[in-house]
Amino acid sequence: MLTVLIDGVASGMLLFVLACGLSVTLGLMNFVNLAHGAFGMAGGYLCVVLLNQHGVPFLPAVVAAALFAAALGFVLERTLYAHLYGRDHLDQVLFSIGLVFVMSAVVDWLMGARQQLITLPAWLQGRWDFGFVTVGVYRAFLIAICGAIVLALHLGLVRTRFGARLRAAVDDGVVARGLGIPVNRIFGVTFALGSGLAGLGGALGVEVLGLDPTFPLKYMVYFLIVVAVGGANTIVGPFLAALLLGVVDVAGKYYVPQVGAFVIYTAMVVLLLLRPHGLLAKASAR
Amino acid sequence: MARLSRRRLLGSAAALAAAPALPRPAIAQAQVCRIGLILPMTGPFASTGRQIDAAVRTWLRMNGETHGGRRLEILLRDDTGVAPDTTRRLAQELVVRERVNILAGFGLTPLALATAPVATEARVPMIVMAAGTSIIVQRSPFILRTSFTLPQQAMPIAEWAAANGIRSCATMVTDYAPGHDAEGAFKRRFLERGGQIPLELRTPLRNPDYAPFLQRVRDARVQALFVFVPSGEGANVMKQFDERGLRQDGIRLIGTGDLTDDDILNDMGDPAIGVITSHFYSAAHDSPENREYVAAFRQGYPNMRPNFMSVGGFDGMRLIAEGLRETGGNLDGQRLVDAMRGKSWISPRGPITIDRETRDIIQDVYIRRVERRDGQLWNIEFDRIPQVRDPGA
Repeated sequence: MLTVLIDGVASGMLLFVLACGLSVTLGLMNFVNLAHGAFGMAGGYLCVVLLNQHGVPFLPAVVAAALFAAALGFVLERTLYAHLYGRDHLDQVLFSIGLVFVMSAVVDWLMGARQQLITLPAWLQGRWDFGFVTVGVYRAFLIAICGAIVLALHLGLVRTRFGARLRAAVDDGVVARGLGIPVNRIFGVTFALGSGLAGLGGALGVEVLGLDPTFPLKYMVYFLIVVAVGGANTIVGPFLAALLLGVVDVAGKYYVPQVGAFVIYTAMVVLLLLRPHGLLAKASAR
Repeated sequence: MARLSRRRLLGSAAALAAAPALPRPAIAQAQVCRIGLILPMTGPFASTGRQIDAAVRTWLRMNGETHGGRRLEILLRDDTGVAPDTTRRLAQELVVRERVNILAGFGLTPLALATAPVATEARVPMIVMAAGTSIIVQRSPFILRTSFTLPQQAMPIAEWAAANGIRSCATMVTDYAPGHDAEGAFKRRFLERGGQIPLELRTPLRNPDYAPFLQRVRDARVQALFVFVPSGEGANVMKQFDERGLRQDGIRLIGTGDLTDDDILNDMGDPAIGVITSHFYSAAHDSPENREYVAAFRQGYPNMRPNFMSVGGFDGMRLIAEGLRETGGNLDGQRLVDAMRGKSWISPRGPITIDRETRDIIQDVYIRRVERRDGQLWNIEFDRIPQVRDPGA
């Protein structure tokens, strides 16, 4: 029972790290970026290549994956996305889904279509047995890392000057510009940050979620659920949503495997019926 | 216009006159048998296509290109593995435009089923080199199979489990047609032999995480777990099987051989060691025929290890050659099919027969355990069930 809960929390945390970039672009920048998972995929593949072909240790490989995805996100934001900020959502959807197909094809061509496998370092393998509950070491590691990221993000957005400027830029771009806030640069950095987090999630997720060229499409639904349920303009909302969905998903597969895959969708429908504007809609009303 | 056609007429007449004067080898060369090979060379099942293509080329290199007075010419087409109507269209084009005499390949069941009517209508033999659902051979009298059927592979492991002290076993299969086939075949035989299946799990096809399912298995306190998942996913299952501590609890992981596919077995690492599967081919099969095959395959493709898909392609070519030899190079579809049915020979996998009645394959199925030898992982065969027929779905 407790094991199921901890598994759920770990998978929810991972989901959050992968999806929170999307909640930033969608909620804060008001841009529908369906290609978000592609940055996760890019990070995952870089991690696999570094680990398997260049013998880089696990942790540096994961960090490199995050930096790589962030750089990729920054470049694409400046060159491609920047042109679409003013356009309507359909254009953005068409553009970003096209980008997904391009990146999937590129990865397929470079790396082949098969599942990528990695071997974790010994200190992350195995599990701890506490008598009443057993915890996989890697899952505990996931919870720790992702928890730290959530905290940092939340504090960053609420307490720092950058966070304040970002919120200002989102709330009213024109006035923010008038006050001398470099809106474009802030968006660029934010986008890179979101992509980098996706890359980190992709790299951490290779062991749990698997990695192949269909990754961005396979998990797009999960990301969108997190953002839809969590409400798209806070950090805490999507975080709670991801946790909830992770736990519900794992518990559903454990207790009612016959309908396992549908539990997560049922949960989404129920939550949206109860709180159509997201979990924390009231708290963040504006 | 009239002048042009007169000139052309003159030209043809001259060519006709010159023809008998051509040296003989040129005539022999003109006698070809065109084989339309349709495989998924890209997309999620590209591994299947690459393996079979490599095996076909290896066979031609080992045995020469001319058989029964016909030079075998391969026309390779990529159907991407996911669109049955593409496979069907390619088969039609090959038959109508390229005038192929034989169709071959077919990576997955829906692709083979979609093409069956084309083979029937064109009266062209269709060699199924990969797809593994029982019903395929019944869909056209021109279909012959050199691969395997899933029930044929799943029943022996059920027998083995029942005979080796496993009383209770859970099943975990992917929720799609081949998964249901494997589950059904395993369950039927295992229950017949007095075993119990307290837990049957079906995992979604697009499945992120096997952990909750495996946790359920662990808590069910069974002696073994039978797994069937799409090729490539197996690695993930084995990893989490280990991580969850199911192995330490003494639960045995069993399945059909695609779980430990030779193509990627080496990358699976330690979690694969000790997994027991039943299958018709292992690259480590101990026979002179197989050693010769693996060596020749490796010579052409040093970075690949031949897997069970490849051997289906290899034997498919052998079957075509045997057929041509018997008809003396006659390419009539019905005569070729009649010549090919009932053939048996020693393949790299062991002795095989193409059943005279069903046109399906009869072959030995082996029980194998994954072991590390010379720093690499191999499926080491330790038991054999001779000449297994497809038991039907």
